[in-house]
Amino acid sequence: MTHTHTERPASATGGGPSPAGDGSDEAPLGASRAEALSALAQQHGALVTLVLVAVGASIGFDTFLTGDNLENMAVSSAFLAIVALGMTFVIITGGIDLSVGSLFALGGVLAAWGSRYGTLVALLLPLAVCGLIGLVNGLLIARARLAPFIVTLAAMLAARGILLAVTDEGSTTYLVDESSFFASLGQEKLLGVGVPVWITAALFVAGAVALRRGRFGQYVYAVGGNEDAAALMGAPVARTKIAVYTLSGLCAGLAGALNAAWLVSGVTILGTGMELEAIAAVVIGGTLLTGGFGFISGSLVGVLLLKVIQNVINQIGSLDSAYQQVVSGAFLAVVVIAQTWLGRRRRMM
Amino acid sequence: MTELALKGAPVDRARLLRLLQEYGVYAGVAVLLLVNIALTPHFLSTENFRTQAVQVAPVLIVALGMALAIGSEGVDLSVGSVMALSTSLLSLYLGYGPWVALVVAMLGGAVVGLANGSLIAFIGVQPIVATLALMVAVRGVALVLLPQLKDVRDPGMASLGTGDLFGVPYLVLIAAALALAVGFTVRRTTFGRQLLAIGDSRPAARLAGLPVRRVLITVYVIAGVLAAIAGVLATARLQASDPTSLGTLMELSAITAVVVGGTPLSGGRIRIGGTVAGAVLIQLLTATLIKHDLPPSWTQIAQAVVIVLAVYAARERGKR
Repeated sequence: MTHTHTERPASATGGGPSPAGDGSDEAPLGASRAEALSALAQQHGALVTLVLVAVGASIGFDTFLTGDNLENMAVSSAFLAIVALGMTFVIITGGIDLSVGSLFALGGVLAAWGSRYGTLVALLLPLAVCGLIGLVNGLLIARARLAPFIVTLAAMLAARGILLAVTDEGSTTYLVDESSFFASLGQEKLLGVGVPVWITAALFVAGAVALRRGRFGQYVYAVGGNEDAAALMGAPVARTKIAVYTLSGLCAGLAGALNAAWLVSGVTILGTGMELEAIAAVVIGGTLLTGGFGFISGSLVGVLLLKVIQNVINQIGSLDSAYQQVVSGAFLAVVVIAQTWLGRRRRMM
Repeated sequence: MTELALKGAPVDRARLLRLLQEYGVYAGVAVLLLVNIALTPHFLSTENFRTQAVQVAPVLIVALGMALAIGSEGVDLSVGSVMALSTSLLSLYLGYGPWVALVVAMLGGAVVGLANGSLIAFIGVQPIVATLALMVAVRGVALVLLPQLKDVRDPGMASLGTGDLFGVPYLVLIAAALALAVGFTVRRTTFGRQLLAIGDSRPAARLAGLPVRRVLITVYVIAGVLAAIAGVLATARLQASDPTSLGTLMELSAITAVVVGGTPLSGGRIRIGGTVAGAVLIQLLTATLIKHDLPPSWTQIAQAVVIVLAVYAARERGKR
């Protein structure tokens, strides 16, 4: 099903280009029409696919467009979206962070454990620990010049180890007091929309502003575009890299904490495979894995697309989670193929 | 000797680091052996050595394929899922006889390798991403084929998993034979030389007219088949198929074995002897920590530290 949809980015925007959005500063170099079109497909293909899948789902399933279902999808998307936000910065610098799934789980457990000492501890403890691990990732990558995937793979292992140590080898589950203010961060609604969704929206606005308008954002793009050139032009390459990995750790820890508030417990087995989901969302959203190009709003669309597809799979009751894995893996492969193909065409022209 | 040389010229510091990087893994194995002989009761028994060797065999076999992938300046994250796929296929086809099941399981690994290799060689997808996608999808396929744990009751499989020849378990013999075969392939065959040239510099290899695509695809097919063999052997040893957990984090152990063994992540160089020692080192480290009642959490943290230290040591000799 999704295979046919995902081929849309090329053809759909080719037929009628969607109006240019925020990320159009990369496309026009006064170059040919085809080049502009494939750049557009790269930027808005995910959005077109999302709309098509959502329309298809709402026609196919009566239960899709109900308030409960949408609300549930929005809240469960929120946690992945926060992780994907940090991952977007990392990938634009040309790096990758495989530790986010473990940090998400660790953040949740630490928040649940800390919630007995108040909301401040419940939020600050996971942010401090996960941010510190992200900082160490960044130091090893930027200062010791180790390969990002191996450093963050090791961090993934170490964070799971810390999580096991904190939970008596996974046998203890810490609960969050349901009446606490911390729990309300995950449970309460504001204007009918869950608090985690509001927090996510605020973070995405802040992230987009930082990336698009701030000097930090310029450095992030410069480092990912060409590290040596960025260094020659005076960009603080190492500091920028350290910052993005720290940011990624902070995002994963915060997402884990909010998730613990939502589930009112710190579940130790969460987060496996989340790094893949986050990377998939970022890549689907049009950010290039080679670095130097990408945008925040695309990652949000990528997350929503993944969650809508998961929702559709869940609605087809007969398909279990194993199929979900098959579809998400195949989906990522197809998107990366499309993206690589579009990127190659763009380079060749 | 080296002390004097160190004071002499800075060049010799680089040489010392290189020696450390090339032979450090053997020193590490030796140190761990000595520590265990001194501190661990009943360590020096044939039974214990057998257990350790049997446990290291699947990791080593996967690591051999990983070494080829890393040597080509790639990586294969799908190996753990391929093990799960091969155990599912093995269970499903065991009714047709163990040989049929074995061949089907290996074919499954080859198909995944072909998919990995095609994505990387023809479409130009980065190896991490291509194999990450396959890692998720293939684990899903394995679970679709065999949704839960299933006992494997087959006399052939049982003897493969627990039997031995002159006291050496079949698993160890197979792992050793595969290590020799892969080592020979890397050092003595045209394919091996082409692989290293491609890992060293793909543009240069392309300009020199090497069959880059064919070699890359072959590398990932071999990695897939080796992972499938490891899955079959692990199934034979455990006498059960468990696609949910078999091979999880195997990619990490395999990469660690390869990197600790002195194969640089930047490609162009493969050390099979070091990979064998690397796999043994990880196994000994894990066994040591467990024997001394340190919980699994510590084992994971220790492994993470070893990875980072090994990569840090390798960095000095890198391409920069």
